[in-house]
Amino acid sequence: MRDIAVVAFVQTHHTGEDTGLSETELLAPVITEIKQRTGITRFGFTCSGSNDYLAGAPFSFVAALDAVGAWPPISESHVEMDAAWALYEAWVKLQHGEIDTALVYGFGKASQGDWAEIATVGYDPYYLTPLGVDADSMAALQARAHLERSGAKEDDLRAVVARSRAAGRDNPFALHLPDPEDGDHTVAPLRAHDVAPVTDGAAAVVLAAGDRARELCERPAWITGIDHRAEPHLPGVRDLSRSESARLAGERAGAAGVQVAELHTRYSHEELILREALGLGEEVTVNPSGGPLSADPIMATGLIRIGEAAARIHDGTAGRALGHAASGPCLQQNLVCVLSGATNG
Amino acid sequence: MPSDDPNHILEFPGGYTRSVGPVIGRFLSELRDGRLVGVRTRDGRVLVPPTEYDPDTGEDVTDEFVPVGPVGTVTTWSWVARPRKNHPLDRPFAWALVRMDGADTALLHALDLGVFDEGAGPPKFLRTGMRVRPRWRVERSGAIGDIECFQPEVTMITAPTRLEYRLRSGRALDRFLEGVSQGKIIGHRCDVCGQVIVPMKGLCPKDGVPTTQEVELPDTGTVTTFAVNNLPDPRAPEVPFVSAYILLDGAGLTMLALVAGIPADQVRMGMRVKAKWRPREEWGKTMANIRWFEPLDEPDVPFDAIKDYL
Amino acid sequence: MGNACAVIGVGQTAYKTKRLDVSVAGLLREAARRALDDAGLSWKDIDAVVIGKAPDLFEGVMTPEAYLADALGAAGKPIMRVHTAGSVGGSTAVVAASLIQSGVHRRVLTVAWEKQSESNATWALTVNTPYSTSLVVGAGGYFAPHIRAYMRRSGAPPHIGTLVAVKDRRNALKNPYAHLKIPGITREMVESTPMLWEPIRYLETCPSSDGACAMVLASEDAARQAPNPPAWVHGTAMRSEPIFFAGRDTVDPQGGRDCAADVYRQAGISDPRREIDVAEVYVPFSWYEPMWLENLGFCGEGEGWKLTESGATALDGDIPWNASGGVLSSNPIGASGMIRFAEAALQVRGLAGEHQVDGARRALGHAYGGGAQFFAMWIVGSEKP
Repeated sequence: MRDIAVVAFVQTHHTGEDTGLSETELLAPVITEIKQRTGITRFGFTCSGSNDYLAGAPFSFVAALDAVGAWPPISESHVEMDAAWALYEAWVKLQHGEIDTALVYGFGKASQGDWAEIATVGYDPYYLTPLGVDADSMAALQARAHLERSGAKEDDLRAVVARSRAAGRDNPFALHLPDPEDGDHTVAPLRAHDVAPVTDGAAAVVLAAGDRARELCERPAWITGIDHRAEPHLPGVRDLSRSESARLAGERAGAAGVQVAELHTRYSHEELILREALGLGEEVTVNPSGGPLSADPIMATGLIRIGEAAARIHDGTAGRALGHAASGPCLQQNLVCVLSGATNG
Repeated sequence: MPSDDPNHILEFPGGYTRSVGPVIGRFLSELRDGRLVGVRTRDGRVLVPPTEYDPDTGEDVTDEFVPVGPVGTVTTWSWVARPRKNHPLDRPFAWALVRMDGADTALLHALDLGVFDEGAGPPKFLRTGMRVRPRWRVERSGAIGDIECFQPEVTMITAPTRLEYRLRSGRALDRFLEGVSQGKIIGHRCDVCGQVIVPMKGLCPKDGVPTTQEVELPDTGTVTTFAVNNLPDPRAPEVPFVSAYILLDGAGLTMLALVAGIPADQVRMGMRVKAKWRPREEWGKTMANIRWFEPLDEPDVPFDAIKDYL
Repeated sequence: MGNACAVIGVGQTAYKTKRLDVSVAGLLREAARRALDDAGLSWKDIDAVVIGKAPDLFEGVMTPEAYLADALGAAGKPIMRVHTAGSVGGSTAVVAASLIQSGVHRRVLTVAWEKQSESNATWALTVNTPYSTSLVVGAGGYFAPHIRAYMRRSGAPPHIGTLVAVKDRRNALKNPYAHLKIPGITREMVESTPMLWEPIRYLETCPSSDGACAMVLASEDAARQAPNPPAWVHGTAMRSEPIFFAGRDTVDPQGGRDCAADVYRQAGISDPRREIDVAEVYVPFSWYEPMWLENLGFCGEGEGWKLTESGATALDGDIPWNASGGVLSSNPIGASGMIRFAEAALQVRGLAGEHQVDGARRALGHAYGGGAQFFAMWIVGSEKP
């Protein structure tokens, strides 16, 4: 396998409300900055992640291409998934390609719709979508299953939120949210603060191979393992209290021994489930950026986890870090990317 | 019969009392319990509905009853476009012979295919071979009407989706539409390629750089190429209508718009056109302020002058 | 180019206006099972799944890889979903191939589909937001002016589109999966159909279809164990360019030229007309055959229509295009690109049945999408490169 590293990461100052910028306008400064930072104007490959239903219209990725400067024509692809999967596609391309660099980006404006409701059309169209079951309700089923099995309490969920929001207030790019106070349940056992905030934002990452990575970055964040796994869709056929697909992906990517983990936790209880699945003990710092509970620009959120984990390698605060992304109802699909300051892990 | 009220009614008060015998009785008793059964003949065939005899040979059937269904296959059908008063359904439906799975003979029953206006023709999906199931009544009495009717197997569900958004246009487009709301067409000049991009996006898609320098363009231009559309569109005046790429004077790229005010077969590549604006009092912050483009009384532009904008 | 990659299984559904007999999962499973059967494999032998389709609005199922994961045997495995507009069927195959070429996996199942009958394509493709600046909708309204521009530039006579419409539909009669089958189709028949978007007539456009196409891609060692002959991947490429910018040539887009140059370079092809034996090219409107003949370098600029007129692209010509009947005969949008790639593979495997081109050793699969701005291509061959 070729040595591939995250050499640059740029994100917007995420906002909790629509500031009047289109998706393309949100993205363009991020692309401009990452080009300036790396000094690269033409990448070997470009890949993005976005979602038409989030944008409310088909082909959201076509307009976004305007921000990239795709002329002369570029080698490019797109996944209708979180941009973490776009990063995976780019990593695969770098493994066999004749190319040394790749640009990956994702963007989302959750302020335009109600994501919990939009998520309903992403479920089984025969048994789930017709029920009108929303993302928060599905997540709450999983929260209940986990609390009942593990003995964790709602106080433990609140502690996750309090820690995440405190970290988020130290992150200039995240939303700055107050300490959680007990309001009513949104969908019991989850309260409003247990759910990631509505966020608009965009992010980009540059990957580079071997010596090119060393030229571009003083301390490249080498990808020593990356893997993603799915599990069956219907909630009634799984053990919701655990995440088997996260466990598998973590095992294959080599999650053991990381110092920092950035987890795609759109709901507080997911941190408990993922810590267990990935074998992250008390000594592992989780979501020092504040995580999705402090900023959740959907379709970029997973990519930002990898970017934030890489940034801990870039700045020397961690030797090994992990970025995680999730997709589908109740953590159905999980991606784990393990990064290191050394190519041999 | 005339449409007047009838002047004679023949009706046995309270209804006939019929004894059903063991075979039909068994069938109707099972039906009341919500089950469909058939009876086996001596040569092994299963009759639904059961009779006491083999219709082919006249021999007694055996005493073996076997469950059938729950699905059946339509072997033939007729379509009732205007139901009668005594029909089991008060909207258009089919009569069908249904051979239940596991049976060798077919049962006559009504087949409900959904809501149709009175007089409607049969739906295309109604056909021999169609798979159908009984719709059971909740209150059953031991009669063939315990099955209200048959209905097609579920092959499709409708999935209404309506999601609400609060979209905003983005700054560049907002500025462009603000111009349009004042009757102005604004573009951006790219500092790198020098071309005017309209509608502007705040960046040059080709050079990937931000653009800010505003340029107001006239509402006149040239048709580069076009299509004659024969499928109706709510925004077009009539069929056929012309959709054309129009190079506004001074612009670096074309816009797709309607062309009207000229017979479709007289539109030409290179034809000069001008925007036809809606009355000023109807203007909003929308591109719809321009209804379409109409020809100008000017000579056509030579092909060479537009060939690089195709 | 990385490790060797081969197509060892191809599966298609029958393409029809409405596949009312199956669910979405059922449609995909039909194609996938046929591909697995062709490869002599079962679900458990697959390492990863890559799916692709056009916008989710077609079926109203967002991020369908979630609902379909276990339906495609992906429990405990990686599954991802590609979306690059009309070229997606091709791009999906390219992404699947790269999972083999990178050495990440040994056997990858890839499936592309569309079930257009669940909604309405024109609606799904052109949902208008409050800020749309276009005054025109629909694919015909978008592409017809480009065809007119091609006719003007090249001086092509008006009957060329008719010839392609007849040729591809005749080929479709030999393809058991094809949707439109018009026995005895003639030029007169095509010319008697109404102009939908002049210069495009009704029979010069593609149908709307339900359908799925699947392939099993394999590493060299896995391909050596396959029961049927493999098609080896000799090159893959993708290119994109913005839809509207000053100086864009929409008739002969640079993205298509660059994509072809890249894939030919990988396959060592310098003269595509002579070195490629058969091509499956995305031609949704008949005039796109001469346009793509030029764009793909099968002839010089302005010469494409002459090649079509000479019969060179017919099944018995020297460079048959769309022996399967092409997009003009079957168009489940999201799958249409993958069908091109899969038919190219069937040709070099010698398994194309009645529409087999004798002795085909190297074939081109091509797809495009958006405003003729997204391109995906591959070259497959009977010999390992």
